[in-house]
This record gives sequence, structure tokens and C-alpha cells, in this order.
Amino acid sequence: MITLIKRPTPSKTWSWATPIVAILATMIAGGFLFAALGKNPVEAIRVIFWDPLFGPNAAYFRGQLLVKAAPLILIAAGLAVGFRAGIWNIGAEGQYIIGAICGAGLALAVYPAESVWLFPAMVVLGALGGLLWGMIPALLKIWFNTSEILVSLMLVYVAQNLLAYMAFGPMKNPQGFGFPGSRNLQQYASAHNPELIAGTGAHWGVMAAIVAVIATYILMHRHLAGFRIRVAGEAPRAARFAGVNPSRLVMVCLMLSGALAGMAGLFEVAGPNGQITDGFNSGYGFTAIIVAFLGRLHPIGILLAGLLMALTYIGGDMAQLMLQLPAAAIQVFQGMLLFFLLGFDVLTNYRIRIGKGAKA
Amino acid sequence: MTLGGIDIIALTAMLMTASTPVLLAATGELVAEKSGVLNLGVEGMMIMGAVGGFAVAVATGNPVLGFAAGALAGAALALLFAILTQVFLSNQVGTGLALTLFGLGLSALIGKSYEGIRPPATTKLDFGPLSELPVLGRVLFSHDWMVYLSLGLVAATWYVLNKTRVGLVLRAVGENHDAAHALGYRVIAVRIAALAFGGALAGLGGAYLSLVRVPQWTEGMTAGAGWIALAIVVFASWRAERVLIGAYLFGGITALQLQLQAAEYSIPVHLLSMAPYVITIVVLVILSAVHRHGVQAAPAALGKSFHASS
Amino acid sequence: MKRRSFLITTAATAMIASAGLPAFAEEPLKVGFIYVGPVGDMGWSYQHDQGRQAIEAEYGDKVQTTFMESVPEGPDAERALTQLALEGNNLIFATSFGYMDAVMNVAAKFPDVKFEHATGYKTADNVAVYDAKFFQGRAIQGTIAGRMTKSNKIGYIASFPIPEVIQGINSAYLHAKKVNPDVEMKVVWAYTWFDPAKEADAAAALIAEGVDVVMQHTDSTAPQAKAQEAGNVITFGQASDMGAFAPMPRVTSTIDNWAPYYVQRVGAMLDGSWASGATWGGIDTGMVEIGEISDAVPAEVKAEALALKDAIAAGTYHPFTGPLNKQDGSAWLAEGVTAEDGELAGMNFYVEGITAELPQ
Repeated sequence: MITLIKRPTPSKTWSWATPIVAILATMIAGGFLFAALGKNPVEAIRVIFWDPLFGPNAAYFRGQLLVKAAPLILIAAGLAVGFRAGIWNIGAEGQYIIGAICGAGLALAVYPAESVWLFPAMVVLGALGGLLWGMIPALLKIWFNTSEILVSLMLVYVAQNLLAYMAFGPMKNPQGFGFPGSRNLQQYASAHNPELIAGTGAHWGVMAAIVAVIATYILMHRHLAGFRIRVAGEAPRAARFAGVNPSRLVMVCLMLSGALAGMAGLFEVAGPNGQITDGFNSGYGFTAIIVAFLGRLHPIGILLAGLLMALTYIGGDMAQLMLQLPAAAIQVFQGMLLFFLLGFDVLTNYRIRIGKGAKA
Repeated sequence: MTLGGIDIIALTAMLMTASTPVLLAATGELVAEKSGVLNLGVEGMMIMGAVGGFAVAVATGNPVLGFAAGALAGAALALLFAILTQVFLSNQVGTGLALTLFGLGLSALIGKSYEGIRPPATTKLDFGPLSELPVLGRVLFSHDWMVYLSLGLVAATWYVLNKTRVGLVLRAVGENHDAAHALGYRVIAVRIAALAFGGALAGLGGAYLSLVRVPQWTEGMTAGAGWIALAIVVFASWRAERVLIGAYLFGGITALQLQLQAAEYSIPVHLLSMAPYVITIVVLVILSAVHRHGVQAAPAALGKSFHASS
Repeated sequence: MKRRSFLITTAATAMIASAGLPAFAEEPLKVGFIYVGPVGDMGWSYQHDQGRQAIEAEYGDKVQTTFMESVPEGPDAERALTQLALEGNNLIFATSFGYMDAVMNVAAKFPDVKFEHATGYKTADNVAVYDAKFFQGRAIQGTIAGRMTKSNKIGYIASFPIPEVIQGINSAYLHAKKVNPDVEMKVVWAYTWFDPAKEADAAAALIAEGVDVVMQHTDSTAPQAKAQEAGNVITFGQASDMGAFAPMPRVTSTIDNWAPYYVQRVGAMLDGSWASGATWGGIDTGMVEIGEISDAVPAEVKAEALALKDAIAAGTYHPFTGPLNKQDGSAWLAEGVTAEDGELAGMNFYVEGITAELPQ
């Protein structure tokens, strides 16, 4: 009989050890999967985890790791604050889209005017767009006690349809020969979010992600507000006595996570992506939820989890290319990684007792 | 019977078939959520059902066995989720998203050798003269047996949830797992069973896609149907009878949108496609406002992990 | 800080410079592909992969091909293309319109690598574009449809309002009307290239409107299955032959056959004669292939369709030959004048007689 005994406080040791154990377990299980597909498992694991970091051409891929991880980290850092407070914004994908539409909309409206103020204004508008989209579930929760999980999820689909409408309609590039999609902001100097140092992949979004990690760390772990947020999540009733205003908490958490997601969308549309297109959103908002949990809602953990997720994407692409592993096998592999990471997490909060089961 | 150039009867008959996959998946998810578990992996379970059902139907030449296999495949994936979230107490949102990723990938690997094949046909029920009836004949008596089975499953789910002891226990677990535990109910076991049922129905819905709707196997063929099923459960405010309305509304909007185009109405497709989601939010708000000081529409323990000794 | 960034920049430059070096004589020519869907989509990406396999069959050890499937448009495509270039591929085929700006960006960084972009319009010294005149196949479909329809209503499941699709609708309509002046065209926009359930609904909606011919510009076989269920409705295979539905409902098909072009371009690389350019292949070069016309088509109609095919192949007939008016009644092509390729490439209007409104 195996029983789980809750630890009085989460284990420090296990909180560091479980990700490593989980990654090792994934490598073993993934190895079996790759072997079953007729590939050399050791080589496959090396290509996924080692080559992007230290293989030939790693200089390029390390930069790409930042490009891929930055939006995930930026969004997840905001989400984690809310998750800590027990406020479940799972609509970051929608806020990401709206941020991109608002920011890019400004650039497309004033095209081709050049000004150093354009890009900063776009960032502000992007954040504002995400913030307002995040405010909808917040207000509905405050006024009507409507579940923010569900409203924010529904708003993702509204945003997606709005995006398609924009790409095929108002924001379509007038010089695009009738093809859907906006002008490419990469070719519009004032609106472009460029690589700050050539070859590193680092654009303003990467900077923003780093700032967000530091800022949320200070907020959550070095500031009274963070303490209140955590209390609100763990013991809502106690929080009231501690003077936490639940309505304000809901507003702040959803606005913050919305604004960061909106900014992430703006940096993406003005930088690596360049265009408002039908398929502009590639699931960053949902993947960021996974990143937030993998990082245990801790800013540093999120930083690492974001980089790890990005690594599996980039390494997965490499495995496709070098070993001709099907894209689907990479998806299965990522799924397994998440299962192990989430499953082993139990060791952080619980002790396992084998033997006489006290109570079932 | 036509209205504004649209054949209402044909449209109704069409949307009944079109909505069956999401209706099945949403009914399953409803049961899972009623027990207090939010499984965001519906899409993954559906597509596993689609590939599993297809493979077995092709291998045996028997669509009935195919549907059974689809249900099993969906349930198997749901059990994986159940073990992770109920035994290992992993986070439900994260695990559900991972389940979708895993299911999409695994189904594609399994399905490689089934691409471009046609499955055995699923028979339409023969109602004899009944299907010749005006109006009702087309709407009610012109479908394959799975459509009737799905309607029967909705009715059965409604009955079990609302009129039986099993339903009472399930709802108690979903509302307050600590109290249910104190009363001696086995919270974890109830939830695992509810999840498996939900997975089986999602798998059945997926198999309906690959064996009847399309019918063919292709990678990623669910194309977001699982997410719509999740939205329908919310729209239905966790009531089985409303799931039926929700499924027909969501399925109906797509069918109607295409039908309007075919009838040469110039419509803003994307704005119309938004409509069901906006309506869902409105419904949520109304329900929440009505229940403000009373019972909440959503199961109170939804998404929360349960650990007995805590 | 400064020194480090300098190092990174130099490393990046060195890496980029070395990657484009010509291959040694004994090494095989490396040819890379990126596909927007999975190779198993049985449609668009599947047909491109058939082309890749044709290269291998033709040149054997002299070439080495690799592909990456399900590559999303945007930054992921840019990374995948860079990855292919860094891996030493000398010729890279990017097989979706949405890869256009990514191709241009990567091509600028790797001047010695040649790129081929399908369906795009931007070229460079090392970027060629290619596309197929699918509207030629539609002319044949239109002729068969016009002859065979009993309800005089033809349905068209369109994907996106882009020139390629609009050419197809116009061509099909013009040729159906030529043989059957009473014919009407019903168009449904699915806003997807591939969504079996939605395509099935679209086909059902058209059939409910009384059409007995369903043409599709989307890739799944779902409309074929719907037509079969309905009974006396005919369809045409799209992208691949869809021969499983012959002889009814599928009476013939338009096949995207990229193999001859791919084999020819790789041949040009091998003998050093590759040059940039824009290729718009049709029935004459085999890029547009007409699938077998089934026995469900009356013999005289079949003969008429085949004669049309031969005339198009020989260049004696152009599907868009004046006198033709636009939908609003304004003159487009004068008597005997044929449409120019450049004008067709940006086609954004219906021809006279189509009653539906084109989404803008």
C-alpha cells in the first residue's frame, strides 16, 4: 500500500530534484518511443537536448531559444501572479492576439510616417489592448461572480475570429495582391522590433521578459503585496482579515497578466513575426500556462521552464531535420515531458510512505 | 419548408449530424466536470477515439466494433489523465493541455498507415414509412444509429445525474469533496470513473468524425472540436439537457453560416463565428447574476485537487 | 559586455559565411523542403512530398533530400529555413504562400543557397518562385460541370478569397456557362484549406441549395463523401487524384504535380544552370495534371473535355479570352484578347454573371 502524506511545507530538495528526475524519465521513455520508430534513441535525445545548445551552429540556435522562450516567459510571469492568488486566467492567447492587433493597428494606421515614438506607443497600446481584454473577465467576475476561467477561455475564440476578420479585412495589405495578411512591420523601420545585437536573437521582447521575471520576483517575494496575493490564494478567508480587497485583487491580477500577454503579442507581431495574419497566434498563450505550472509559479522557475519548452521546440525541429522523426513524435515527446514534470511534482508537496496504509 | 431561401428542414437534419461529435464529447466532459475535474484534454481524447475507431473499423470491417474501440481509446487516454491528476495530484489545467498535445501526436503516429483509406459504412436506420413523413421524416427519421445513440446518452446522463443515487454521489463529490469524503464516499474512485466515462464519450465523438462525418482518417482532423465541446459545457451551465441546445447552437452556427453563403447572403463570416462564444459569455453572466446569492452553476470543487489526509 | 557581443557577432557572421560554401564535388547535392501541413494530409503537402520523392528517384545518390513538416508560418518557418541552410542544403523549397517574407529574410543571409518559393511573388537573385495555373484545370471541370448538371446549379467550396481561388471560380464559371448558358454558380467560403468537418458541412449546404456539382478548393475528401451520400452529385478531385471516389462522385481531378518542376530545378542545380525566375506552369508542363475522366461522364462530354485540355496544353486556347466583362459589367478583356499572367496573379474580382458577392 502506497500512501501520500502531505508535507507541512514543500520540500526544497525535491522542488529542485523533481524536474531533473522528470527530464531523465522523459529521456528514457522518449528513447523507447524513438527506438520503436526505428531511430537511434541516444542520438535523438542528443539532437533534441544537446545540439541546439552546444552542437554545430549553436550560436544561432541559442539566439532562437530566446526568441521562442521570450513570449512564453513574459506571458507566464504575469499568469503566475494570478494563479498564486487563485485567479485563473487561461485566456492569455486572446490577450496576446488583442495586444498584437492594437499595437500593429496603430502602426498600420499611421504608415508610412516615421517617428521614434511610434514603437514605444505601439508597446503601450499592445499592453493596453491585452489589459482591457483581461479586464472583461475581471469585471464580470466582480459584478456577477462569473468564472474567469471560462470567460477568459471563451474570449480566446472571440479574439481569434477578430484576428481573422482583421487579416482578411481592415488590416489587409493594400499592396499584397489580394492575399490576406497585413503589411510586414519588419519592413517599417519605426514600427520594427529588431534584434538589438545582431545574431543574438535578443529583441525588446526578450528584454521585457527578463524585466518581467525580475519585477514579478520582487513583487511576489520581496514585497508585502506579493505576500497578500499568496495569502489570498492559499487562505482566502484569512486574506480578508489581512485587509485584501478581493475585487481589487481580481482586477490587478487579470489586468497585469493581460497587459503582459498583450505586450508579448505586440513584440511578436512587430518583431519575429512581422504580420497580422490569420494564423498569427501559434498557441503561445496556452503553452505559457504549462510553462507557469512547470515553473511552479515561481519567476525563476518560469524562466527555466520557458527555456526548456523552447528547447524542446527547437530541438524537436532539429530531430525532424536530422533524423527525419515525424513532427507527431515530437508532440508525443513533449506531452510525455509535461506528464512527468507535472506528475513527479507530487514529491515536492507529499511524502510517499510505502507499507501499512494508515487511512485510504 | 423554406425561410428566406433556406431549407429549414434540410438545415435541421444537417446540423443534427454535424453536432453529434461535439454533443458526445460535451456530454462526457459534463460528467467529468460534475465530479469536480476540469479535463482540458478533450481534443486529445477525441482524436484518439477518431484514430482508434477508424483502425478497428477498417481491420474488422465492422463500424460497431470501431465505435467501441474509439470509446476505449478515449477512455484509455482519460485514465492516463485520471492517474496523473487523481493519484499524483498534478495540476488539472496543465495536465489537460499536455493530454491534448500527447493525443494529437500519438494519434498521428498510429494513423500513418491508415491515410487515404475509406472506412466501412455506418448504416442508417430504416424507419420504413416514418422517414417519408413530411418535416418530421427528414428531421427525426433519416439518421444513422449513432445520432440516436448520442441523443439517448444525453437523456441517460440527465437521468442518472438528476434522478439517481449515483448522480447524487457524483454531484456531491463535485460540490464539496471533503464533505463527500467525510460521508464515506470514495472521492478518487468516483472521479476516475467519471473521467473514464468522459473519455469514452469523447472517443465516441471522435470515432463519429472519422467513421461517419468525414469519413476518413487524417492527422489533426478534429480541428478544434474538443475545445468547442468545452465551451458547450459552460454554455449549458453544467446541465445535460442544455448541452443538447448548446451543441446544436454551436454546430448550427457553422451550418447556418455556410448555408447562408450558399443562399448568396453576404455575411461577415468571422463576426458570425464569434457569436456562439459571445452568447456563451452572456449566458454565463446571466446565470451567475441569477445565482448570485444561491447555488453556483459550476461545480464548486471544479479544478481542485483532492487529497484525503489533508 | 561589448567584447562579448562583438564575439557573438563575429561568430554569427563566420557561421553564416561558411554555411553557404559550395559543396565538394563528391558530396551529394542537399535539397531541403518545408511543408505547412503534415505529409499525410493527402492534399497540398502530400503532393509536394511526392515531388521530393521524384527527385530522389530521378537522381539517386547524387542528391540527398530532407523535409520538415507542419512548419507554422512566421518565425518558426524562418528558423526552419535557416536550419536547413545551416545544415548545408544547397537548394530549399518553401511550399506555402505564408513563408514568403521568411524566405526573403533567410535568402538575404545565405546568398549562396538557392530558394524556391511556391505561390509567392517576391524574387531575388537566389529566390525563384513557382506556381501552377490551377485555373486551367478548372476550365475542364467547368466544361464537364456545365454539360452534366441537371439542376443548372454548380457549387464551389472556396478556401480563402485570394487570387488563385478567384481565378478558379471565374474559370469554372465561364466554361460551364459557355456550354450551358443557364448555369448558376454558388460559392461558399470555408476560410480553411483543411478542415474535414467544415468542408463536409459546406458540401451539405450547397447540396441543400440544389447544386448537383460540387467543386472544391480545399484539400480533404470530406466533400466527396458527402456528395456520394447524396447520390447523383458529381465532384472533382482536388490537389491529389482522390481516385478512391471514382467513378462517382469523382468524375475527374486536378492534380498538383510538382515532380517535373522539382526534377528540372534540381537538374539545373546539378549542372550549374540554376537561375532565379518566376515559373507559372500549367497543363503543358505537366504541373497541372488532369486525372482520369471516369465512365460516369458521357463519351461526347469526355471528348470535349479532352479536346479543351489539348488546346490549353498546345497554347492555342487560353481560359480567359475576351470578350469578358467584370461582375459589375465593366469591360475587362476585349474580343480575342487573353489575360496577362501578371493581371491574373492579382485577380480580385468576379466575372460577369456570377451573382454572389466577393468578400473583400
